Amino acid sequence: MTKGRFGKHGGQFIPETLMNAVIEIDEAYQHYKNDEGFCRELDDLLKNYAGRPSLLYYAEKMTRDLGGAKVYLKREDLNHTGSHKINNVLGQVLLAKKMGKKRVIAETGAGQHGVATATAAALLGLECEIFMGKEDTVRQALNVYRMELLGAKVHPVTTGTMTLKDAVNEALREWSRRVEDTHYVIGSVMGPHPFPTMVRDFQSIIGKEVKEQLLEKEGRLPDAVIACVGGGSNAIGIFYDFIEDKDVRLIGCEAAGLGIDTDKTAATIANGTMGIFHGMKSYFCQDEYGQIAPVYSISAGLDYPGIGPEHAYLHDIGRAEYVPVTDKEAVEAFEYLARTEGIIPAIESAHAVAYAMKLASKMAKEQIIVINLSGRGDKDVAAIARYRGVQIYE
Amino acid sequence: MSRLNRVFENKKAFIPFITAGDPDLETTKRLVLAMEQAGADLIELGIPFSDPVAEGPVIQEADYRALSGGVTTDMIFDMVEEIRKESDIPLAFMTYANPIYTYGTERFMSACKRGGIDAVIVPDIPFEERDEIKPFCDKYDICLISMIAPTSKERIRMIAKEAEGFIYCVSSLGVTGVRENIGSDAENMIKLVKEVKDIPCAIGFGVSTPEQAAKLSAISDGVIVGSAIIRIIAEHGRECVPFVTEYVRKMKGAML
Repeated sequence: MTKGRFGKHGGQFIPETLMNAVIEIDEAYQHYKNDEGFCRELDDLLKNYAGRPSLLYYAEKMTRDLGGAKVYLKREDLNHTGSHKINNVLGQVLLAKKMGKKRVIAETGAGQHGVATATAAALLGLECEIFMGKEDTVRQALNVYRMELLGAKVHPVTTGTMTLKDAVNEALREWSRRVEDTHYVIGSVMGPHPFPTMVRDFQSIIGKEVKEQLLEKEGRLPDAVIACVGGGSNAIGIFYDFIEDKDVRLIGCEAAGLGIDTDKTAATIANGTMGIFHGMKSYFCQDEYGQIAPVYSISAGLDYPGIGPEHAYLHDIGRAEYVPVTDKEAVEAFEYLARTEGIIPAIESAHAVAYAMKLASKMAKEQIIVINLSGRGDKDVAAIARYRGVQIYE
Repeated sequence: MSRLNRVFENKKAFIPFITAGDPDLETTKRLVLAMEQAGADLIELGIPFSDPVAEGPVIQEADYRALSGGVTTDMIFDMVEEIRKESDIPLAFMTYANPIYTYGTERFMSACKRGGIDAVIVPDIPFEERDEIKPFCDKYDICLISMIAPTSKERIRMIAKEAEGFIYCVSSLGVTGVRENIGSDAENMIKLVKEVKDIPCAIGFGVSTPEQAAKLSAISDGVIVGSAIIRIIAEHGRECVPFVTEYVRKMKGAML
């Protein structure tokens, strides 16, 4: 069996041109993850630059209103740059610098990963170029300008469906053009080995903190941990430390778009089949001939036709559950959290909030749910206004 | 694999690539037969994929044209059977891991065997992952072509040792597409291969002019040309056959 397998998923399905690059990253990562200096530097950045640990907030009003389980929010939205993406990016950009790379490239959907990469590149002094589907540059115009302010060059991708998967395609193509001096900062737990493992490791700080914080506040583990899943980096980040705690339900919320029985959906576990794409074997939304399906979600960050290989594995063995959440449910949760707790979540994270709202009321009052609030919703305000028929443009 | 053995026999091979179904399968069939007449030694047929990450814009567009015309893997197999009624030219499929895997790798290779496909080239199956399809290639006597790139370095020995049929030498970094200058890496890459194994090496990625074909065939066993041909097809659509034929004749002529 080849490297980086999660059950039958994972692997390194990439062109020969990139093979030595991923082998080098794997070797460098294996070395530096145990290197005291590297770990100290990364810890310092996470603490003093990104603002970790992030808060574990007891949503008391929401809990009372739903009338069931206690709801806690893991506030990744309070990190510098406004989402969990910074955890992974600081790790990878620091690693790229240690490897002597001069330039980083990245794909982005909603723009959060692009902003985080541009931020880390500015801080650590590397050139930065971001690939973003043209459709998404329109949906998230503010984030494009934000990346440019941070000194990055943004390339609107006009191939295919002009969304996240096409941004990944174009970033892979660019990487194969300039692989010697460039590191590709993959933003989720996807792609060829070692990315799914490395990105998971960098994100697993979320779950580690939750465990400590909740033990301190409640003296026990949660009953359910809920996160949204596109590629799945914030979900695996909060799940990972709980995988061995079999009594903790792990629930990933996929973007169902207009519904999993329509063709306007991005719910991979619900609708996908096994395939090999973007460097990995996993589940993908595709047709019977293996043509990748054009997917849809109101959330640019979840608008991806695949899922990380470790999630595919957790699904196979039944350790994690994956549930579809529609645009409508996510928008309602977005508005609900704003009104109830005074917190505007990213529309991605609102998918997790939506499912938690359904679940909490069915659970007992002494039970505990933790929602990963993976990002803040400022970037989505104009889009949600338009969804509600209010014509606001950024 | 007997047809494949002929490709490099006492000659430099000219290997054109076209995307099956661009602009339609009827034209693809006519192109194959015409290119054979014009001197092509092996023809690479691309099975279009929605997300061809190793391709530049020219072949990406060809894939989109074919797919939006409704072409499927089954229809391509049917076309190959039609070609085989009229021609014995060696044929290779070029496609990505997913169309093969999703079709069912065993079902795919057995259909290749039945239809008369001699080899497959799968850019996103590197050496480390070849067990994904190699056992089925072997079972149905389909040759899995190995690729090497300018970044392969010490990997070339490992890859060459296990290679069969011929080796596809990716001449330059990046994706497919016409280039002015083709890196001098290819010559060294081929030298490394030949130290390990006596196997033909064909150079692809970027080749478009007769001058390049002449120069590269002097240091290799053949050249592979894709984007330059696809551009002619894109320009002339269904009327492209005589233009492509003329181009293939010129390229092959430059290599003699």
